Amino acid sequence: IGHPEIFPLVFTTKTQEIFNCRIDEDVTEENCFKVIKKEDIIQDLKTRSTVSDFHPVKKVVLDYPGEELLVVFDAKLQYGQNFYLVASEEAKENLLKPSETAEKKEEEEEKEEENREEILEFYPYKPPVHKPWVSLGSEKEIEEETVKDTVTKIKYMISRVRRKFGAPITFTDKNASHVTDSYVECTSYQDKTFSIKMLEKDVGIQMVPKVREASTQTKWTYPKNAATQYFPRQLSNEEKEESLSSEKLKEFLTSVHLRMEIALQQNEIMNAFFDDWKALAEDESSRGGKPDVYLKAYQSFTDLHYLKDTTINCVCWHPTFYGIIAVSARKQLSYEEQVNLSEKSLLQQSVILFWSFLDPIHPQLMLECPEDIYCFQFSPSDPNIIAGGCINGQVVLWDISQHEKNLQKANTVADGIKMTAVDMVNSSILNILPCNCVSGPSLVQVQQTSTEPPLVRYCAVSSIEDSHKKPVTDIHWLPDYFEDNGMGATFENRAEICMQLVTCSPDCSILFWDIPATKLPEQSSSEKVKEEKKFYIPPGVLGTEKHLDLCWKPLIKINLCESDTNTEYGPVRISLRELRYHYKTSEKVPSLNTLDVFVRDSPHREMSTPSSKIMKVLMNISTNFFVGNEDGEIVYSDWKIEIDSDSAKPVSKYVIHTEAINTLQRSPVFKDIFLSVGGRNFAIWKEGLTSGPILQSRCSAGRYTVGRWSLTRPGVFFMGRDDGNIEVWDILKKTHEPSHFHSISESVITSISPWIASPKQHFLAVSDDFGVLHVLETCQILNHPARNEVGKNLYFY
Amino acid sequence: AEVEETLKRIQAHRGVIATVVINAEGIPIRTTLDNSTTVQYAGLLHQLTMTARSTVRDIDPQNDLTFLRVRTKKHEIMVAPDKEYLLIVIQNPCE
Repeated sequence: IGHPEIFPLVFTTKTQEIFNCRIDEDVTEENCFKVIKKEDIIQDLKTRSTVSDFHPVKKVVLDYPGEELLVVFDAKLQYGQNFYLVASEEAKENLLKPSETAEKKEEEEEKEEENREEILEFYPYKPPVHKPWVSLGSEKEIEEETVKDTVTKIKYMISRVRRKFGAPITFTDKNASHVTDSYVECTSYQDKTFSIKMLEKDVGIQMVPKVREASTQTKWTYPKNAATQYFPRQLSNEEKEESLSSEKLKEFLTSVHLRMEIALQQNEIMNAFFDDWKALAEDESSRGGKPDVYLKAYQSFTDLHYLKDTTINCVCWHPTFYGIIAVSARKQLSYEEQVNLSEKSLLQQSVILFWSFLDPIHPQLMLECPEDIYCFQFSPSDPNIIAGGCINGQVVLWDISQHEKNLQKANTVADGIKMTAVDMVNSSILNILPCNCVSGPSLVQVQQTSTEPPLVRYCAVSSIEDSHKKPVTDIHWLPDYFEDNGMGATFENRAEICMQLVTCSPDCSILFWDIPATKLPEQSSSEKVKEEKKFYIPPGVLGTEKHLDLCWKPLIKINLCESDTNTEYGPVRISLRELRYHYKTSEKVPSLNTLDVFVRDSPHREMSTPSSKIMKVLMNISTNFFVGNEDGEIVYSDWKIEIDSDSAKPVSKYVIHTEAINTLQRSPVFKDIFLSVGGRNFAIWKEGLTSGPILQSRCSAGRYTVGRWSLTRPGVFFMGRDDGNIEVWDILKKTHEPSHFHSISESVITSISPWIASPKQHFLAVSDDFGVLHVLETCQILNHPARNEVGKNLYFY
Repeated sequence: AEVEETLKRIQAHRGVIATVVINAEGIPIRTTLDNSTTVQYAGLLHQLTMTARSTVRDIDPQNDLTFLRVRTKKHEIMVAPDKEYLLIVIQNPCE
């Protein structure tokens, strides 16, 4: 196996004996070869066909070309068996020979070794045997490497004649460009491989703002008005009842009411916040030392033209304009002339004069009167309406709205007033009295001289038959919040305009006059002169337009009498309850004008005999009044208008004064306190107190002619005497004598009228018998009440 | 009832102008004034009392409002608070 010609064989002993190759006898290890003839093997095969050991290699044996086959003893079992057959000659040869050679080598080696051992000292030198060179192919490489001439070299030989060597030569120029191809140019070109790379560069930069348009839309919430309506929560009645009866409320009240009562009592005991220091200061100023109570003479007015020999009997301040006083005067006549009152002829017209502070010489305005005016009053609701009562019993009305401007005008105009005499519509037919005639209902424009004050005619005169038979001694405007109609019921006047007058006269009658509201309200000072006055003619008819004059009839007539004693009363003064006036304040320009003074005659006071008519008194439940009459009696009664007049008794009657009452005035501070002045004494009454006056003065030396309450101080009043003095009475200080005494004039004081022009300036207008009007300024002490003077006075009363 | 009696007694004090009882919500239960004035007083004084009470308790939580007096030029308003109700009395102290 590996060796295709080696075939392992197993030789049995028998075989071995046959072929003489017995192990260890014929064939040993050293001598392992055995050549066997082929014929022998074939014979063996024939004899022992299958048993023969050569049977497996029978074919090989048969094919073996040689004669002898080699069999090799394989002691080491190299090929697997103890013998192997070499199948080829060459192998046999090789095996035999090498074995021979091996034997030889072994022999040689043995020999060489023997030799070496023997011939170790010397080595026989044999010279190298020259051998023929064997070519191994290196000759080719050499041939390739050698350099050989491929082309044979060419030889040239150049010769020149000898004589041309060294001869002189001449050179010429030639342009190179003419001849083409004479020169070869090598132009320069930019070789890109050598260009310089720029690493730094200057660059300019400009900054431009980026402009961009943008827009937004916002939602505009516009303000809207919103309102909420609400009403307070309230408990229904059942709930209230339930709460009221609940236990909790009871407990609450029991726990709370004690605290509350403590607090209430604290307040009742004293006022914890009362400033004693301040109060002390006030008292000091009023009591310390002798305060300087004085009436400073401010101005006095008199007019020589109109007021000669006259006495002023009524003084009224203009309610709105500053410093304007109206004065009515009457002539002082002798007794006989007064008796012949009806037949006298007036030398000059009777007028009411308006004075102004700024012009003491010239009166500002004159009101023409049919007769001498005994008393007059400004209308509280419209200061341009003036009502006056005449000597003959008539009632006269003036309207000075045209002159309102003038009264307001500045002082500079006072001298040069050119006024047109206003001719009111009056178609009066005065039959009886031969007095100042009244022109027709035409417009009379009278240019007057500058010194002459304007003359205002009256706009209404009552009819003679219906008015008083005796001089009207007192006239009042009724308060603006109630009025009476013809039926007698008192109802509220919604127009808030004073529409009614009440007059009284010694003819024992009290008359109520009515002025329709349509006339009074819008009285603007227009230039229109002609004005139609509507007057209330018959009772119960309102708003009829008619020219007045002598058609004016009283609304209601009250007759005073006492039913049982059948005496009559001649009321001289009347004072109604709740006379509260509030004036409409037009512009209060402190510009002044002078006014006129009315001239009159025939004093009333000398009239002695009261009439003897029997009158009746009507009872009134709602309103009361005081009446003072000629006999010095004070009558206190009610009035209520009833159609069927019943005689009703007056409530009370007092006889205190000896002479005729000349003043009956309600206190401006306390509504139920009255002052009555008559004769030589005066008395203070309290309404409701029927036993008598609260205070009654002793008889003084002189007669008291007039008395007036102070407008501001509740306990102070002024008394005028017939010796020309003014007494200032202060109830709180002394009740038995006047606290102060002033001498004003020489003659009888006829009228006093206090007025408040400004909080600092209080005036007292005093008129006397000489026709002079004195205006006095009252000092501060008389002006300002002490702090609790009202309380003190109340306590006093 | 007792309630009536107590209220009458309070009302009878000198100078007392009006008496109002309101509940905790400010709704008047009992009053001697006219309706509109009562409602006005109830609303305003209720708020004032609540504010005053909260002020007192803010300063000292243990404390509480027992009485409130408002003195004006014309009169004095007195408020007595409680858990459920409020008693208001208006008095004219001097004179």
